Amino acid sequence: MTARTNPWVLSAPALAVYATFLVVPMALVFLISFFDFQFYGGMQATFTWKNYIEIFSDGYYYEIYARTFGVAAAVTLACLVLGTAEAYVLSRMANPWKGLFLMVVLGPLLISVVVRTLGWALLFGSTGLINKALMGIGIISTPIDLMYSNLGVAIALTHVLVPFMVISVWASLQRINPATEAAALSLGASQFTVIRRVIVPQVMPGILSGAIMVFAMAASSFATPAIIGGRRLKNVATAAYDEFLNTLNWPLGAALAVVLLVATVVVLLSANRIIERRYGAVFNQAGG
Amino acid sequence: MQFRNGPIGLVFHTLFILFILAPIVMVCAVAFTSEGFISLPSGGLSLRWFRAILDNPRFVDAFWFSLGLGTLSATLAIGLAVPSALAIARNRFRGREALVAFFLSPLMIPHVVLGLAFLKFFTTVDLAGTYFGLVVAHVILVMPYALRLVLASAAGIDPALERAAQSLGASNWTAFRRVVLPLLLPGVVSGWVIAFITSFDELTMSIFIASPSTTTLPVRIFLHIEDTIDPLVTAVSAVLIYVTIIAIFILDRVVGLEKLFVGKGR
Repeated sequence: MTARTNPWVLSAPALAVYATFLVVPMALVFLISFFDFQFYGGMQATFTWKNYIEIFSDGYYYEIYARTFGVAAAVTLACLVLGTAEAYVLSRMANPWKGLFLMVVLGPLLISVVVRTLGWALLFGSTGLINKALMGIGIISTPIDLMYSNLGVAIALTHVLVPFMVISVWASLQRINPATEAAALSLGASQFTVIRRVIVPQVMPGILSGAIMVFAMAASSFATPAIIGGRRLKNVATAAYDEFLNTLNWPLGAALAVVLLVATVVVLLSANRIIERRYGAVFNQAGG
Repeated sequence: MQFRNGPIGLVFHTLFILFILAPIVMVCAVAFTSEGFISLPSGGLSLRWFRAILDNPRFVDAFWFSLGLGTLSATLAIGLAVPSALAIARNRFRGREALVAFFLSPLMIPHVVLGLAFLKFFTTVDLAGTYFGLVVAHVILVMPYALRLVLASAAGIDPALERAAQSLGASNWTAFRRVVLPLLLPGVVSGWVIAFITSFDELTMSIFIASPSTTTLPVRIFLHIEDTIDPLVTAVSAVLIYVTIIAIFILDRVVGLEKLFVGKGR
C-alpha cells in the first residue's frame, strides 16, 4: 500500500468487476440490438439493421424520440432559469436561513423519485388541488388536465431535477469574489446590469454543466414519465421497458436503448468539450 | 461584504420553496385521510392507513430488503473504490485519465440501458432474478459516486506524511493504517452514504432485474402506483419521507449536506 505499489494492481479488483459486469452486459445490448425478432420464434441470432431502420423510419418511434427530447429541452430551460435564480438568492442569504433553505432545496434529492412523483400525481389528479388553486386566483377558468399530459410530466421532472441545477450554480457562485459585484455597484451599475454583466458570465460554467446534467437525466427519465405520462405518452425509457417486459421484443428494445445511449453520450461529451475549450481555466476550478 | 436580497428575489424564493415542498407536503397530508380513497383529511386526522401498512408485509419486507441491499452494495463499492482511489490519487501513470473515465462511466449510461443490459446478461449466464445479480448491478451503479468522494479525499493527502511515518520506523502497513486511512475516512464515510442512498432510492435499473423475491421498496411502490394510487401507498411514501427527513438532519450534522452533494470531501 505504498506509493510504489503498481496502480494497476490496486485497481485490479475494480477493473475485474467492471470488465465482467459492465463491459460484457453493455456489449450484449449492442449485440442483440442487431438480432431479429419473430412473433412466434422469439429472438433470432442473426445480423440485421431491421430494428434501427424501424426506429428511424416509423413515425411512432419518431414521435417518442421527439417527445423525449422535447420534454427534456423544456425541463432543462425551466431548471436553468429557476435553479440559477434560486442559487443566486440563496448565496445572498445570511445564516441560518442560507443553511436551512439549502437543506430544503437539496433534501428532496434524498427522497426516492417515485415518492416525489406520487406527490405530483396527487396534486394533478384525484384531489385536483392545482386546478382549485389556479381557478381560485383566476388564472384559469376551466380545469386543465395535467395528469397524462406532457406539461404535467415537464413540471414534475423540473421539480425532480432542479436541485442539481442549484448545486451546480451554487458551487460556481462560491468561487466568485464578492468584490467584483461591489465594484460594479460602486461604479454605478444597476442590480440587473450586475447580474447580467458580472455574475452570470462568472458562473456560466456552473450553469452549463448543470444544464447538461439536467438534460441527460431528463432525456433518460423513467419513473416520472411512466407515472404522470401514463401508458399513452411514452418516452424512450418507458417504451424500451414495454418492449422488454410486455411485448418481449428484446432486439427492438435494445436498439431503442442504444440510440438513447449514443445520443446522451454524444451530447454529454461534446458539451463538456465546448465548455472546457471556452471556459477551461474557470471550469477546472468549478468542477465539483 | 454581505449582500441582501431585494423584494423580487424574496418573492421568487418563496414561490420556489413552495414549488419544492408542495408535492412532499401533499403526500404527507393525504396519508392522514380517514377515507378509503385519495382525499385531503377533512374530518380530523386518522392513522388508519399507517396501521394498514403493518397489515401489508410486502411493503415492510421490501423496506428491509432495500436497507440490506443498500448496505451491502455500498460497502462492496467502497471496498473496490478505496484501493483504486489510492492508486489514482498517488501515482502519475499512462492511462490514468482513461482509468478514471472508465470507473466513472456508469454515470453517463441511462439507468434504463443498464437495466436491460443486466437483464440480458443475467438471463444469459443463468443469474436472472437472483440476489447476487441485483447486488452486482447495484455495486456497478453506486461505484462512481463512492469513488468520486474517496478520490477527493485521497487527493488531499500529503504523501510526505506517510513517508514521515515510515522514516520514523513504521512498517508500510502501520503507516497505511495509522496515517493514510484516518485521513481518508471523511471521503469513505460520505462516499458510503451517497452510495447507500443511491442504491436505496434506485428504481429504473432495479425494475428490470427485480424478481418477486428480490423486490426493492421503490420497485414495490412503483408497481403499486402503476396499478392504483390509493391512501395505502401514500402512507408508505409518507413514512419514507419522515425517515428521510430524520436522515437529512443527521447527515447535515455529521457529514454536511453541501459537502455530500457538491462533492468535496472537506
